[in-house]
Amino acid sequence: MKILVAVKRVVDYNVKVRAKADGTGADTANAKMSINPFCEIAVEEAVRLKEKGVATEIVAISIGAKQSQEQIRTALALGADRGILVETDTDLEPLAVAKCLKAIVDKETPDLVILGKQSIDGDNNQTGQMLGALAGMPQGTFASEVNVAEGKVKVTREIDGGLQTVALNLPAIVTTDLRLNEPRYASLPNIMKAKKKPLETVTPADLGVDTATRVKLLKVAPPAERQAGIKVADVAELVEKLKNEAKVI
Amino acid sequence: MPMRDSIRLPNPYQTDTHQQWRASLRKFVDSHITPFVDDWEEAGTLPPSLWQDAANVGLLQLGYPEALGGISAGTDLHHMIIAAEELAACGAGGVYASLMVHGIALPPIVHYGSEALKQRIVPSVLAGEQHISLAITEPGGGSDVAQLTTQARREGDHYIVNGSKTLITGGLRANWFTTAVRTGEAGVNGLSLLLINANLEGVSRTPLSKKQGWWCSDTATLYFDNVVVPCDHLIGQENSGFLPIVHNFNNERLALTASALEAARVCFEDAWCWANERNTFGKPLIKHQVIGHKFAEMLRQINATQGYLDSCAWQITQGISKPSDVALLKVQATQTLEFCAREALQILGGAGYLRGCRAERIYREVRVNAIGGGSEEIMRDLAWRQLMASNA
Repeated sequence: MKILVAVKRVVDYNVKVRAKADGTGADTANAKMSINPFCEIAVEEAVRLKEKGVATEIVAISIGAKQSQEQIRTALALGADRGILVETDTDLEPLAVAKCLKAIVDKETPDLVILGKQSIDGDNNQTGQMLGALAGMPQGTFASEVNVAEGKVKVTREIDGGLQTVALNLPAIVTTDLRLNEPRYASLPNIMKAKKKPLETVTPADLGVDTATRVKLLKVAPPAERQAGIKVADVAELVEKLKNEAKVI
Repeated sequence: MPMRDSIRLPNPYQTDTHQQWRASLRKFVDSHITPFVDDWEEAGTLPPSLWQDAANVGLLQLGYPEALGGISAGTDLHHMIIAAEELAACGAGGVYASLMVHGIALPPIVHYGSEALKQRIVPSVLAGEQHISLAITEPGGGSDVAQLTTQARREGDHYIVNGSKTLITGGLRANWFTTAVRTGEAGVNGLSLLLINANLEGVSRTPLSKKQGWWCSDTATLYFDNVVVPCDHLIGQENSGFLPIVHNFNNERLALTASALEAARVCFEDAWCWANERNTFGKPLIKHQVIGHKFAEMLRQINATQGYLDSCAWQITQGISKPSDVALLKVQATQTLEFCAREALQILGGAGYLRGCRAERIYREVRVNAIGGGSEEIMRDLAWRQLMASNA
């Protein structure tokens, strides 16, 4: 069984991102970049399925600038077998990403596609679902448990009311939630071996994907700074302030 | 981003595998070491399972020949520097000292040992199954290696070893000792390196447990009382032991420098967090100029040490390093550590005086860094002599 995993290059979760002064976006120049944490969970799940003997090949895909190779190499060091970079300097929207992935799904015909439920930069939470629609594949999103048996994948989903378990016919799409697993760290020999694993590069144009943006970014601004609190001397003053300053009573 | 990363200068020699190695090691240290360090320090030892875990991530094998179970293809000195830095970040230098002690005991076997010795010892040490320590310092002296007195007298196919070694890191746990012994005349030309099995009759050891720092790293005094060691356990040629002993000093000093430098960054980080949290005289500590300038001065020294370290590492990878440069680098690193530990504790105040804070422990580890692996005085002496010799 072949598994496709998508990995996105994002600003490291430890980095405090600031809005650019002119409001045109977030200032990510020279920021430390990493593999999106949810994507890392996706890679880990695929590697575990391979270790269980369920999967035979794992293909890691990233879509983005040339430097996204680093994130593919990380996935290869964690246990993926080969990589595909869809190279583009345009910041793609979820629909374009899903279209690129769809083209690769058509070519690779995987039995399972595992993606993070969202990336921590855009927080869109759309790509997996859009890919499901485009590829006509069933989807199990927000997975906290994944079991593959007898041509089906059973996905335990984290939903508002608790947990929901769905059984999907393969091929299927799974998006990962935080509690699905705890990703391993790559050992030094695997980091070195990853350098020799095959990494193919294509472009959205090769895949016949139109990457035109459909959403217009108007402005990026930091949230308003919180005002410092004040101390009140007694209940009377508190009531007075709630009435006249906060105007809540 | 952790403060210690924010203040790390960009390193032109480090590439993607270096970054990945740092990320992996950080996860390893965060999950397998840092949460337990306080307990290990109080217990005065490390759990045996740590060696297995370290072998799984590739830490023990780094830089050793692949044929002997090591990992060397694609690796260089910077992978080693990163290993020393990330292990130091747990805030207990004893972890690196003990876990990686084979880094000083094994290279003589790898470079000068017979094929049989290599096959017998190296793979099992790199797999974390056996332990090996370096035994040079004696109760009568340490720095003056040429004068050591432990005797190995040749009798047929054996050496009869008598003498004592002290301050031996990992000495209680070790299965083997790479031991400096006197086989010939007084001075450097009568020294040999002998591999001694810790289980041989006549070998005994006592713990040196009341130490200022490095509590989790076991330290021992060893006694050899008519110990019969087979001649084929000689490492290299008889009476040529001095070269294998000093051969490894450059790498050891580089690793010590990287450890000390990262410990200085940890001090900076702990103090920085505290200075942002703590309010005095109506504002956070960090807003007081007298405190702020302490950080500027710490950073100046940390940056200078990193630049010097990167330069020496590059020199070594190019095969053009001068031992005097590496010796003075170690002085630079431990003086930086001493300064940063002091200033961090001044900033932390009472919080840093109590146990349970990384900077407090590092403060107690300053001396072992400044003395072990070549004291600052010996390092300057070496540099001075080399300067005179090469410019005579």
